Amino acid sequence: MTGSKAHSEQAPAALPEQDHTKIELLIAVIARMLDDLGHVAVGASSPIPGAAALLARAVTKRFLRVSVLSSQRHNDFTDGGRELFDCAAQGRIDAFFLGGGQIDGQANVNLVGLGDYPELDVRFAGSYGSAYLYFLVPRVILFRQEHSRRVLVPKVDFISAPGISPPGIYRPGGPHALVTERCIFSFDRVAGRFTLQSIHPGDSLESVRDNTGFDFDCPTEVPETLAPSSKYLELIRGQVGADITEVYPKFARKVWGIG
Amino acid sequence: MNGIALFTVEELAARIIDGAMVAVPPDYSFVAMAATRALIRRGARDLHLLAVPQSGIQADILIGAGCVALVETAAISLGELGAAPQFTAAIKSGKINIRDSTCPAIHAGLQASEKGLPFMPLRGLIGSDLLRVRNDWKVSENPFEQGDQIVILPAISPDFALFHAPFADRYGNVWVGRRRELVTMAHAARHTLVTVEEIRDINLMEDEGLAGGSIPALYVTAVAEAPNGAWPLGLPGEYAPDDAHLAHYAEQAKSDGGFQSYLVEHGA
Repeated sequence: MTGSKAHSEQAPAALPEQDHTKIELLIAVIARMLDDLGHVAVGASSPIPGAAALLARAVTKRFLRVSVLSSQRHNDFTDGGRELFDCAAQGRIDAFFLGGGQIDGQANVNLVGLGDYPELDVRFAGSYGSAYLYFLVPRVILFRQEHSRRVLVPKVDFISAPGISPPGIYRPGGPHALVTERCIFSFDRVAGRFTLQSIHPGDSLESVRDNTGFDFDCPTEVPETLAPSSKYLELIRGQVGADITEVYPKFARKVWGIG
Repeated sequence: MNGIALFTVEELAARIIDGAMVAVPPDYSFVAMAATRALIRRGARDLHLLAVPQSGIQADILIGAGCVALVETAAISLGELGAAPQFTAAIKSGKINIRDSTCPAIHAGLQASEKGLPFMPLRGLIGSDLLRVRNDWKVSENPFEQGDQIVILPAISPDFALFHAPFADRYGNVWVGRRRELVTMAHAARHTLVTVEEIRDINLMEDEGLAGGSIPALYVTAVAEAPNGAWPLGLPGEYAPDDAHLAHYAEQAKSDGGFQSYLVEHGA
């Protein structure tokens, strides 16, 4: 916290736009997708979405409950590992995050591996709660920092969780957006396609196209992603960083030198 | 009321017979790592490891040590330290089989078992390749609503639940606080084996404040005292994970030679 005081003396009114890291931009981008909600849950291996949820909680004018799986302090569940899933099925969770070793143009996610199952060439950790939460949580935000043709593929090798379902399948939830190091896509659940929403500073439509393995829709004018405000940055470097250290100490050390 | 016989960690591990299905909690819960090392020392083989619903270093070390034939899990990972190296290698070489699952399916299978039911329905899953590769999962119609398809999962009945806890009393009642996946595991398993930081000279069932967070001796087969028994993992509310040691493990486990010398170094 002494660091942030020194910082505010150097840059009193507004920090220059460039004065933030890519990770801080991503945290702010995701936080903006959450601040109108009531309950956001964060699962395994999700330091950036976790920080974003805590930032949204800090800036919202409403009451936002954040449940970070495996946290002691930011988690009010008392009924064991199943409670998050039971809660989701009842409609008590508004947003959740999923990643993927592969994500395709229909928003299918693969958390299992590359190659022909079960003789995989590369094994990932596993599907976690994706095959369930993707169906039940209204606003699932896909987040994968790496934006390359290795990750964003035409068709995933294994569908841990499908992006869309045929009519008649019980599915109040599904994909809302895909956030990467290069851009934000929104997802149309009827068309089953992504639309480019904004491009982060430093990238272009060309670099996004070159590095995306699937076809997506694109408006004539694609805006640049909004940079984090100085208020957001102050919170990210202060309270949010301190809060996320409990669950992601290595991440907090790397990004802010905390802990 | 009679007291419960106290076991050593070695005796506790010896109860888990080769080929048994053993349910274990995730890294952020109460993991019996001292008992895991004892299982490796006794040369356990062909275990069917059920991660409830995911695991980390415990599964990785048991797999690397050759104790596991089949793992049923939603994920195996070392979290911030990356992929679980011995698990990943064993899947690639075909040394172990895997039943890929998803977190709530494992919870639901155990919940069926604790209710004495043959199956449990679960939302989601339709259209996932998990459903395609899991021949034991079926799609059925909701009997109360025509055309509503729902997945049916068989009950999961582990032979053993194995976990660590902050304390037990002399009667075999075990305090687990809010870590209630351990309660579900104990209800569903035929035998529940618990290591604890300490045995307290109290009766948990006589304390309204503690009884609700306790597993009654009714479900508990054996208890062993194992101070620091979750190490190198943490015991939430008691002690933090040993991050330096976990990073050391993640590095060593990347090669078979490194993994074997880790086992020798750390008494397993």
